[in-house]
Amino acid sequence: MFSNILIYFVVIPLLMLAGLAFCRNIRQIRAVAVTGSLVLTALSVYLLVDYLGLRAAGADAPMLYTDSWAWFKPLNINLSVGVDGISVAMLLLSSIILLTGSFASWKIDQAKEFFLWLVLLTTGVFGFFISIDLFTMFMFYEVALIPMYLLIGVWGSGNKNYSAMKLTLMLMGGSAFLMLGLIGIYYHSAPDGSELTWNLLQIAENGSIDKGWQYFLFPMTFVGFGVLGAMFPFHTWSPDGHASAPTAVSMLHAGVLMKLGGYGCFRVSIYLMPEAANDLAWIFLILTGISVVYGAFSACVQTDLKYINAYSSVSHCGLVLFAILMLNTTAMTGAIMQMLSHGLMTALFFALIGMIYGRTHTRDIRQMGGLMKIMPFLAVCYVIAGMASLGLPGLSGFVAEMTIFIGSFQQGMADYLAGDGSLRLVFTIIACCSIVITAVYILRVVGKLLLGPVQDKHHLELTDATWWERTSTVVLILSVAAIGCFPNFFEDIIRFTFSEQIFTVIGMN
Amino acid sequence: MDYSQFLAMKQEICLLVVFLLVFLNDTFLPGKSRNGIGVVTCVLFAMFTAWGFYSAVADNDAVAFAGMYVTSPVISAIKNILNVGVLIVLIQSLRWASTDAQAMRRGEFYELLLVTLFGMYLMISARHFLLFIIGLETASLPLAAMVAFDKNRYESREAAVKYILTAVFSSAIFLMGLSFVYALTGSLYFAQIGEALMFGTAFGTTNTVLLIIALAFVMAGMGFKLSLVPFHLWTADVYQGAPTPVTSYLSVISKGSAAFAFLVILWQAFGVVYAEAWEYMLYALIILTITVGNLFAIRQHNLKRFLAFSSVSQAGYIMLGIVSFEDMGVAALMYYILVYIFSNLAAFGVIGAVENATGKVDREDYNGLYKTNPRLAFTMMLAMFSLAGIPPFAGFFSKFFIFTSAISQGSVALYVLVFIALINTIVSLYYYLLVVKAMFIKTEEPCTVSTFRSALSERIGMSVCVLGIVLLGIVSCVYDSLLGVCGC
Repeated sequence: MFSNILIYFVVIPLLMLAGLAFCRNIRQIRAVAVTGSLVLTALSVYLLVDYLGLRAAGADAPMLYTDSWAWFKPLNINLSVGVDGISVAMLLLSSIILLTGSFASWKIDQAKEFFLWLVLLTTGVFGFFISIDLFTMFMFYEVALIPMYLLIGVWGSGNKNYSAMKLTLMLMGGSAFLMLGLIGIYYHSAPDGSELTWNLLQIAENGSIDKGWQYFLFPMTFVGFGVLGAMFPFHTWSPDGHASAPTAVSMLHAGVLMKLGGYGCFRVSIYLMPEAANDLAWIFLILTGISVVYGAFSACVQTDLKYINAYSSVSHCGLVLFAILMLNTTAMTGAIMQMLSHGLMTALFFALIGMIYGRTHTRDIRQMGGLMKIMPFLAVCYVIAGMASLGLPGLSGFVAEMTIFIGSFQQGMADYLAGDGSLRLVFTIIACCSIVITAVYILRVVGKLLLGPVQDKHHLELTDATWWERTSTVVLILSVAAIGCFPNFFEDIIRFTFSEQIFTVIGMN
Repeated sequence: MDYSQFLAMKQEICLLVVFLLVFLNDTFLPGKSRNGIGVVTCVLFAMFTAWGFYSAVADNDAVAFAGMYVTSPVISAIKNILNVGVLIVLIQSLRWASTDAQAMRRGEFYELLLVTLFGMYLMISARHFLLFIIGLETASLPLAAMVAFDKNRYESREAAVKYILTAVFSSAIFLMGLSFVYALTGSLYFAQIGEALMFGTAFGTTNTVLLIIALAFVMAGMGFKLSLVPFHLWTADVYQGAPTPVTSYLSVISKGSAAFAFLVILWQAFGVVYAEAWEYMLYALIILTITVGNLFAIRQHNLKRFLAFSSVSQAGYIMLGIVSFEDMGVAALMYYILVYIFSNLAAFGVIGAVENATGKVDREDYNGLYKTNPRLAFTMMLAMFSLAGIPPFAGFFSKFFIFTSAISQGSVALYVLVFIALINTIVSLYYYLLVVKAMFIKTEEPCTVSTFRSALSERIGMSVCVLGIVLLGIVSCVYDSLLGVCGC
């Protein structure tokens, strides 16, 4: 069992949990958290290199490092692991954000409990990305959700009780849909008479979910994951939750957890039920299209920094689901790039907001101004994050959004020319508008917050970033720039996954 | 008469031996040494439980009294599961029973408890309604005495009166239903009723209206035992009024045994007329039970009342094991009961410990409990998460399996049923989180429960429960072996 590298993505967090339980003071806790997340980051980098090596050497299975251990045998539940390019990229993203999140919560109260819950949450995240068994995938998914309640409730700020409960209940509500969908998939996972399975790859290979059931199960799973992906109208947990959460939790949640939604939609709903995805895409295209534009407009009128960023996340994550639903290789590559890009960028944003809030004790942009003079390092980082968000070439946002819109437009034109209606085309054009709106709210914040006169003279005494804050932000900025400068490298990681068999059913181009 | 058939009843006989030993100890030993009767009972019962597991390995199907009584690996398994629960209840009750208020009567508590357990054994093993009724009454009537055990407390007496009235009333309804069944089929053997109904429906000679009325009466009678909605009205008052160990016994052991017996009756006697007579009746009961239990639990501040309504809704989830008509359903139901025993007893263990130390049982008293008693708060949190079905705790697995088994027939109605149950898990999560919130998040004001050290027995009881909550799910062999005895 331990000869498989993937299992260590769950084992190391568990060891961290055990280590944290024995910690006596804050120094030891920091040591465990940083060491653990460094090891995880190193492991995911190694996995990435090794994965690319295997692919270059000609390994062409849909998933590599696959392994399976029987768990609940009578129900065919196995602990099955395996990764493809997308999961590898997601693992890397998660470990980077855990690392930077640990640095960002250097001075947290009740550090032991905080890190215990945080690491439990990441255990769920890592477990989710390495699983290819629907049961274990779902289990890890829920493991990742519940610590949020305590993390927000205990360490949060503002209206934290309300937000924590709302977030937990809405996400669990999503997982109720999901559970029914998954059990339904299980009972149709194999042709009559042969043994049922929870294994993703086998279900896809069997392809035995008939169309009638797909029409029922696809919306179930898509909505289930879509709630976590902040799909309109199920996004309302996101602004409240992110605004109340402590810094590292906002980073992990917006950066990684929301990606679980997009990843799940892609991996389970579309991969297993492509026919229904093709036929029902229009419903969800409309919903995600609304997410994209509505999120951006909402961000324009907010005055709380975290709310601005949370609505911007709704918009950007909506774009992920939007692109996935285009069922087109280019758009989907863009969607995965967007997941990476948004994950890093939004984590950077939340880290910076947390740092600014820790100094000024307000997040209201009307009460701040001229921070560029007071804390130049943080201010410059904020500008960089903003530029990434509005799609400046050279940073990650540009690459991702460009790919998405090119792909969507291709698919939209293809639909239109084939006489399949112009819905995709129209919604691509509408979604494109969000780029402009993004520029509006980002520049508005940058102008109000960083430039202009200092609003509160107490702010003049504030200090700039400490070393751990610098570490956290610099790592994130470098990652954002890496995607922006070397998009081909990242596209190579992702692209192989889309080859051949997955979308033969719908004749995807 | 062939006396060797008594050997089939070895579990009942051994339980009787334990009972007699406790009884003799209580009656004949001099006053001082009677104080240790709780420990003696625990040790004897622990030995009995261990023997039950040991002997279960060699268990075969056996029949006694012309088929009135049967035993099989499944039946010994459910009895063993109940034994584990009873053992934990016994351990948790030690502190309460050793108080001065109980000095004169502490032996009685254990004796009554063992007698009710004997009745539950008979309910589980009965395949003839006569024996079943004997078991049902043996299990119900002494419980009323147990509910009234704190006889100086007004609530305890009130609860006992409520319990005995509803118990007798429900027995009467049940017997009424049985007389209709007898009129329809001419037998009280489960198997013969099943055959008669099969022929009757095949040739159209069964009076369907009478059959449905009979089933409604039978289900209502059992519904009282299981506190299914709309027959749950006694639950909250009785749970609140009864001493905490009795409440925990009522909520897990009494409920678990009744659920299994209900399954046996419905499948064996009335399984053939499922689609004609009681399919939608059962759906309605399940939906009502889960929903109403959940909605009422939200408003409760007294934690015992709160757990009463939570256990009402949990009974609805247990009932989901019945709709599958497969071995998987039985296994899921038994597994659910097992996990529910550990989770609920963990919660009652904490409530009992806090009540014994400070006399407080309201949710508001638990505000900030994590600051003063972190271990108790942590145990309570695990119990709440397990009851709500949060992984990686056992409750998640039991819920998942019972949903999976419920859907196995694949009809659309079942998907709708499970969907309603799933939506209800969200509601239940809300009120379970309210307790977690009180303990962990509402820490602004100092906790009214000051730091205390709970008794050794309470700590042992809670540790066993916590171990169960953590391990029962992850260690898959528990579920596998349960499914193994169910024949898969």
